[in-house]
Amino acid sequence: MKRKRKPKLAVWKFASCDGCQLSLLDCEDELLALAAEIEIANFPEASRAVMKGPYDLSLVEGSITTPHDAERIQKVRRASKRLVTIGACATAGGIQALRNFKDVKEFTRVVYATPDYISTLDKSTAISDHVRVDFELQGCPINKAQLVEVISAFLNGRKPNTPAHSVCVECKLRGTVCVMVAHGTPCLGPVTHAGCGAICPSYDRGCYGCFGPMETPNTASLSDWWSGLGVKEGEIVRVFRSFNAYAEPFRKESEKHEE
Amino acid sequence: MKNKTIKVGYLARVEGEGALYIKVKGGRVTDVKLKIFEPPRFFEAFLRGRDFAEAPDITARICGICPVAYQMSAVHAMEDAFGVKVEGQLRALRRLLYCGEWIESHVLHIAMLHAPDFLGYQDAIGMAKDHPEIVETALKLKKTGNEIVSLLGGREIHPINVRVGGFYKAPAKRDFAPLLERLKWARDRGRELVRWTARLPFPDFERDYEFVALRHPDEYPFNEGRLVSNKGLDISPRDYDDTFVEEHVEHSNALHSVIAGRGEYFVGPMARYSLNFDRLSALAQEAAREAGISPVCRNPFQSIIVRSVEVLYAFDEAIRIIEAYEMPDRPSVEVRPRAGTGYSCTEAPRGSLYHRYQIDDGGMIVDTKIVPPTSQNQKTIESDLWQFVPDYIDLPDTDLKWKCEQAVRNYDPCISCATHFLRLEVEREQ
Ligand code: SF4
Repeated sequence: MKRKRKPKLAVWKFASCDGCQLSLLDCEDELLALAAEIEIANFPEASRAVMKGPYDLSLVEGSITTPHDAERIQKVRRASKRLVTIGACATAGGIQALRNFKDVKEFTRVVYATPDYISTLDKSTAISDHVRVDFELQGCPINKAQLVEVISAFLNGRKPNTPAHSVCVECKLRGTVCVMVAHGTPCLGPVTHAGCGAICPSYDRGCYGCFGPMETPNTASLSDWWSGLGVKEGEIVRVFRSFNAYAEPFRKESEKHEE
Repeated sequence: MKNKTIKVGYLARVEGEGALYIKVKGGRVTDVKLKIFEPPRFFEAFLRGRDFAEAPDITARICGICPVAYQMSAVHAMEDAFGVKVEGQLRALRRLLYCGEWIESHVLHIAMLHAPDFLGYQDAIGMAKDHPEIVETALKLKKTGNEIVSLLGGREIHPINVRVGGFYKAPAKRDFAPLLERLKWARDRGRELVRWTARLPFPDFERDYEFVALRHPDEYPFNEGRLVSNKGLDISPRDYDDTFVEEHVEHSNALHSVIAGRGEYFVGPMARYSLNFDRLSALAQEAAREAGISPVCRNPFQSIIVRSVEVLYAFDEAIRIIEAYEMPDRPSVEVRPRAGTGYSCTEAPRGSLYHRYQIDDGGMIVDTKIVPPTSQNQKTIESDLWQFVPDYIDLPDTDLKWKCEQAVRNYDPCISCATHFLRLEVEREQ
């Protein structure tokens, strides 16, 4: 009998902190079993071995910030049957998209004495702004259980089971008392995509939106609530401008509060 | 024959994107460049105008492998600016969190990134086929480190529980009970890991480095102490900018850091260990002696042993902290921002990590400087290769290339950190 070929997995890095791909190595219990079922064909952070494409599944971490990377992502797409973005950088531009609101030349001068040595685009953009993306996994960082689910779903040709509701729902599910209602702590839970398991409120802290916007979030009503709790306009701008600053609903809401 | 170029276009098993370029002419090395092309992310720039309280969460995103280090340097620098002292159990919990990160990061490097070089495997997955016990045990040790960070920080990567002044929520003593049992198991395995790394084949290579690390009156250093070296340096982190200067070189998106008027230096586990052997726990000292490394280690390839000694120490220290833990009345101390400048150096897994923040009277960040360990080690890595390559020059290109990569991986370089920072090219001229 002919043995089935093992599916090939590739992991690609663009501008990022490596945290999302590290999530794969953090799957300590599943890693060796996973490696037995798939061919890790390109994963430079973990292996010297590089196999040629095409790849059955590519995981892409990081955002596009240089002319070279804008070309490289096209090659990655061409070599990949399925392409899944992992994390806020790849899905929304990441924290480095804060440059999109400023003059990047000035930024370069702040960090580097000789800015001419640095080649960079003036915006940090999501992978989907450049190529077709088959699935976006949100989070800064992504949740590793969701990552395992997404990999196995794609390798088995089914849809990943990753809930689309808000962090609020996750609080209810784990039985955490609402920090906004009970303690008046400003929280982004009502507009933030589920996936983390509502960690912050269970540590007596408001959600800070690292999983990015849920689908059709009511950001305006949340901002009103926050204002009622005494949060100033400038702070509302900053709160929507963090790890998912350039995700459209968060970007628009932040712009509304800028004078 | 004696002229060649070694190029590693994309250095694997390091965190981030870099390359190595070595040029050999007439059997002599004529150029070594560690190139860092990881795109810059401009953290120092966009921290301007952010609230001081946001710094720990934002700077964590510089590096997914050592977010705790960024959070620790950020909170200590802010507390320095505001005259806040975090003491007692809260201080101990911060050490505990750091133990978790050292374990997770070091074991990842020892077993998954560095050991395959010594044994000739492309990666840990390949190594696991012939050495399943070591890889499986390492994964369990790494997981135990991650469990510390998750319990205390909320999650392993970019923990959410750290704030200026302490934590959002302090764990109850009983929360640690199941973890404590696993830590005791892991400490025994950690001792075996030291023995295992000591048996690896090491090239005969030593240099007279200037080691720089924190030194504390009575502890192995995590968050506090003076920056000292084996060549007479002894300063407060507040005097960092008078002592160290950063240079911007064309082949790298990371800044090179040097000691003003003196040049390159070495940070990281080997520096920490060589300057603080007497501060290790008795168990860790004994394991180091048994492994045959002296209290000052100058062979960078043996950093893998030193890392495992630090892992053992971190297990030992974590157990000590948990056993002595009493839940504090409040999870944080009060913080009142005021205008000023705060400085901090803490010991990230890869070496000292410097943060400086200037804050205005509204608590907003006016200016930031961050110097990660990898940019401090870049020059030293290049110098190692200048000395190392001639001894192996007659190896076939593919083997030489691999040896050079191994020499770079001695430093566990984190390129994502250094650009806030690798590929190898060896050019042999015909
Ligand atoms: S999304 Fe966050 S955790 Fe993931 S790579 Fe980007 S900065 Fe790191």
